[in-house]
Amino acid sequence: MNAPESTIQLDAWRGFTAGDWQKQVAVRDFIQLNYTPYEGDDSFLAGPTERTRQQWAVLSELLKQEREKGVLAVSADRGTSITAHDAGYIARDLEVIVGLQTDAPLKRAIVPNGGLRMVQTGLEAYGFQLDPKVEEAYRFYRKDHNMGVFDAYNPDILACRKSGVITGLPDAYGRGRIIGDYRRVALYGVDFLIKDKKREKAELDDVDFTEDVLRTREELSEQIKALGELKEMAAKYGFDIGRPAATAQEAVQWTYFGYLAAVKEQNGAAMSIGRISTFLDVYFERDLKEGRITESDAQEMIDHLVIKLRIVRFLRTPEYDQLFSGDPTWVTESIGGMGEDGRTLVSKTSFRTLWTLSNLGPAPEPNLTVLWSTRLPKGFKDFCSKMSIETSAIQYESDDLMLPQWGDDYAIACCVSAMRVGKQMQFFGARCNLAKAMLYAINGGVDEKTGAVVAKGFEPITSEYLDYDEVVAKFDKMMDWLARTYVKALNAIHYMHDKYHYERIEMALHDRDILRTMACGIAGLSVAADSLSAIKFAKVKVIRNEAGVATDFVIEGDYPAFGNNDDRVDSIAVWLTETFMDKIKQHKTYRNSMPTQSVLTITSNVVYGKKTGNTPDGRRSGEPFAPGANPMNGRDKSGFVAAGASVAKLPYEAALDGISWTASATPDALGHTLADRVNNLSNCLDGFCGASGFHINVNVLNREMLLDAMEHPENYPQLTIRVSGYAVNFIKLTREQQLDVINRTFHMHA
Amino acid sequence: MTKTIPIKPAGEIFPPTVDDHGHLVGYIHSFETGAAVDGPGMRFALFMSGCQFRCLYCHNPDTWKIYSGRQMSIDEVVAEIGKYATFLKFAGGLTITGGEPLMQAHFVGEVFYRVKKQWGLHTALDTQGFLAGHLDDAWFEQVDLVLLDIKQMNPQKYEQLTGKPLQPTLDFAERLLRLKKKFWIRYVLVPGWSDDEQDVEALAAYLAGLNQRGPGLLGRVEVLPFHKMGEHKWEELGMKYELADTQPPSQDVVDRVRSQFSRHLPYILVC
Repeated sequence: MNAPESTIQLDAWRGFTAGDWQKQVAVRDFIQLNYTPYEGDDSFLAGPTERTRQQWAVLSELLKQEREKGVLAVSADRGTSITAHDAGYIARDLEVIVGLQTDAPLKRAIVPNGGLRMVQTGLEAYGFQLDPKVEEAYRFYRKDHNMGVFDAYNPDILACRKSGVITGLPDAYGRGRIIGDYRRVALYGVDFLIKDKKREKAELDDVDFTEDVLRTREELSEQIKALGELKEMAAKYGFDIGRPAATAQEAVQWTYFGYLAAVKEQNGAAMSIGRISTFLDVYFERDLKEGRITESDAQEMIDHLVIKLRIVRFLRTPEYDQLFSGDPTWVTESIGGMGEDGRTLVSKTSFRTLWTLSNLGPAPEPNLTVLWSTRLPKGFKDFCSKMSIETSAIQYESDDLMLPQWGDDYAIACCVSAMRVGKQMQFFGARCNLAKAMLYAINGGVDEKTGAVVAKGFEPITSEYLDYDEVVAKFDKMMDWLARTYVKALNAIHYMHDKYHYERIEMALHDRDILRTMACGIAGLSVAADSLSAIKFAKVKVIRNEAGVATDFVIEGDYPAFGNNDDRVDSIAVWLTETFMDKIKQHKTYRNSMPTQSVLTITSNVVYGKKTGNTPDGRRSGEPFAPGANPMNGRDKSGFVAAGASVAKLPYEAALDGISWTASATPDALGHTLADRVNNLSNCLDGFCGASGFHINVNVLNREMLLDAMEHPENYPQLTIRVSGYAVNFIKLTREQQLDVINRTFHMHA
Repeated sequence: MTKTIPIKPAGEIFPPTVDDHGHLVGYIHSFETGAAVDGPGMRFALFMSGCQFRCLYCHNPDTWKIYSGRQMSIDEVVAEIGKYATFLKFAGGLTITGGEPLMQAHFVGEVFYRVKKQWGLHTALDTQGFLAGHLDDAWFEQVDLVLLDIKQMNPQKYEQLTGKPLQPTLDFAERLLRLKKKFWIRYVLVPGWSDDEQDVEALAAYLAGLNQRGPGLLGRVEVLPFHKMGEHKWEELGMKYELADTQPPSQDVVDRVRSQFSRHLPYILVC
């Protein structure tokens, strides 16, 4: 099928409904005028082809070797770029969609622009050597993002980083969470896009050359160069992507090339692909109608694309992998949702993409994200539920909340961050630890673990019993300090990232004038809320060490815990969320970005727990936090629906970067038959969504199976579970994280 | 002429209780907001305290004593259910279980009445039917579905297993036909106690008879494999758990029992 010359005579836009999209870059307009909503069920889907099976078998063997070694191979001889490597293949004859990050599968590139230090640590950890030429270049001739950030940080930020009241900052590698509109490559071809970028730049020829304008002009020049490199990269695989894609296969290939260039150039924490399924469906529909392909061909292309997305790799350090549980890349694909005109955006390709979980077996990547609406067609709802029950590999986010905010062509970056594709980006800001900040409020800025003064100029609480009003007043001031320090850190990071590690190709696939958000985040929400609830509704006695630092708490009486649909404590969680957001908004943000926040921990809830001492809710020092916005493990005693109702109270307006909830149920707890389970899960998703719930990871698993997988990982190479905002290979988790997952509230029949 | 001597119904219903403010109160063991295996759909399961049965395999022995439950007024209970009314309306409904909910029939009847009147929720009653003889037909008008537990078809074994006679349960089943009340059958499969082929055969044949005489009422037969998740509760209550050495039934036995029911009830879902 790889025969570009045979399609060159075809009119790329034949049969499409004409519109504005033909004159300017307007992918949404193209989709709206040309896509076919699908309201049926899954009966049309095709199984894997022989080529798919064989290719996956080849890869499975390589993946096994990679699991054993940690990192299979590294190209340590050169810093990565869009054109740094020659073409590479898994098994050339078996691949309908081609393109690898380097010249061999699972061979990782190094990205020194993000931070040479992380490259060196990563290489050393896995027994590889950095080429001295690369080291020399960064030591003497240029600077990286990491160096820049540390030149700007102040002592407060360094202290916060060290104590763990702020963690996960993208200051040593790519920030990620930027989604290029990779569909543009297929719809327009690169030549059109270059012309358009030149137009955008020329518009700035006659304005005053202020710092802003100069930065934009330089960025546009970089974008134009990157587009040229993208074309060059595709040529190594024998494709001329200067012109638009003329067939479905080309559309998938061109779109993937756009994405591939991004992951060759950047090693962002999350490198999401956007919302491509229904866009590609337009091409599949046309080819099917023209008799050019069969359903099996269409499925094969999607399967092969997904195979590629499953093997995106970056060189990280073992500490990084420990923090994020394995090797996540957050190749998030957003599927489904509704259109502004009321038609569903579900297409047959929405089904095909989810169906890869069956054809290839479950996997954590791509991070399949269903944009759920109570108005989605029943056939699609039930198909999603069925795939969730069988694979635990899908997350759901409320289109009913996001559509009014972002329109109908947004996609999710990473876990829960919505952005309008090609028109919006975010400055990823990791998160700060509210539970620890509350301890700082009690201890006057002294770290409860080390005794070091982290926040200067605060008085501790000295009473034997904690008084709610006093704690809240002091906590409020501590949050002021934390928000100020935190935003400073983020401003430094993103200023330097734009300067030293700019996302050339991803931003080339954006409009020039975009909305930027400053995506802050909070962790430990349920710990902080439960602690305040304990102080308010029970009595909490403080135990102090010789230095007078509160190191433990004794709770006398009961208190309502977050996660039981009890307004007394749920309102505290809402107050915390809104209050911290307000405090973030007080500060000036880099590039006038719009401040937002998420309630999301990824899997750092384990690490956050480790870095936080005993808390007034009864949680022991070192014990993991609940992930994301989850109630604390075991404290949501009223069942799944009550827990969801509590989480759903957290207002999206105060957390526009997303609110994450992970729920686990045993299959038996969802119903006696598969039909019952499917129906019940669909109804639960509707119920949660209808109650303004934002995000839910659905795991349908047996605890016994997880315990067995801990003992016999070799039997579970593809066992996938959802954690906060993404999925992981269970056997790649650390033992601690595995236990954390197993100890999380499992909803089962009593 | 023979005169019908009225038979005193079995057991005794707990008298209605009111609190200091004169409000009807019930003794509640707990509630579960996302119950998916207690009737159709996702349900609010209200677990009532109190049961006069002493089933050897009981996994909720902590519900036996009525006073060990938490006292809640009718308003409190209905308000708690009301938090989920919108969801329950499309996703499932309310199931009252226990314990044996009929022990507090006054309270339970009032809860059913209110949730029907206020939100039109689907209502299900999970019972072994032992006390049903005390209740008039009107009481059952608020119940859409009965989940009827028949623990054995062999009367001697039934009594050994539960400490009470079987007949009231069978009388109740007859009454469900007369009232044209929809019902599901639940059968807990305990090795050595309820897995005997003849006993299962007798029950399956009996159900087939019910199904024939009252077509369209029996919706489903659920075979629930015995599990030991309640064992620790026996220990906590200081009671001897007779089934400590009993293992859950093998998949083969479960399949065999399900197929026995299916043979007699070819158009009924057996799961």
